Amino acid sequence: MSVEVRIPTILRSYTGGDKNVTGDGADLRALIVDLDARYPGIAERLVDEQGLRRFVNVYLNDEDVRFLGGLDTAVADGDSVTILPAVAGG
Amino acid sequence: MLKIRAELVDAMVAHARADHPDEACGVIAGPEGSDRPERFVPMVNAARSPTFYEFDSADLLRLYREMDDLGEEPVVIYHSHTATEAYPSRTDISYASEPLAHYVLVSTRDCGPEEGPVEVRSYRIVDGVVTEEQIEIVA
Repeated sequence: MSVEVRIPTILRSYTGGDKNVTGDGADLRALIVDLDARYPGIAERLVDEQGLRRFVNVYLNDEDVRFLGGLDTAVADGDSVTILPAVAGG
Repeated sequence: MLKIRAELVDAMVAHARADHPDEACGVIAGPEGSDRPERFVPMVNAARSPTFYEFDSADLLRLYREMDDLGEEPVVIYHSHTATEAYPSRTDISYASEPLAHYVLVSTRDCGPEEGPVEVRSYRIVDGVVTEEQIEIVA
């Protein structure tokens, strides 16, 4: 099974410049663990002790995973995951 | 240096005035790798706050998909400060996540929603380091 993951510019230093990578996992948490095995350090940019970092948006297909199950959101073969840092400030 | 057409600067200022006293925000997209801001995209400040801005998460996805389809990137990311100078705040610096973008700050503290003096300044924000740059306004 494989899930396409879209990597934002700021995290492409982990993926050797690749915009799209593929990953594996039954849910988002497992997918991130899988990505981190190949792109060490990327998980820390996405999650902290509380779960998904507040200013990182992760979408499963068209839906923000915060409105699905967060890190427990199930992913399936052929799904597409998009990571986008929030555009925010003060 | 940020090279930008006058009408795009005017559009950012008009948006900032219209949303005053809340912060206004948006991007100016341009062809990938061109460093040329061309397409003005005002965004809704989902925080609707005088001290904070955040693109709505669904709008953000739509914006990035659209830029992808058009072969664009966010050349300028702008927002306004409505009570302080046009300099990146600590939160601006910690959330800045587009190392290739010009971060433009518009301050409406002196003009409010009316005509009047407005401050427009541009920065690079990379790895927490802010570097101000000149703005060259072209016709």
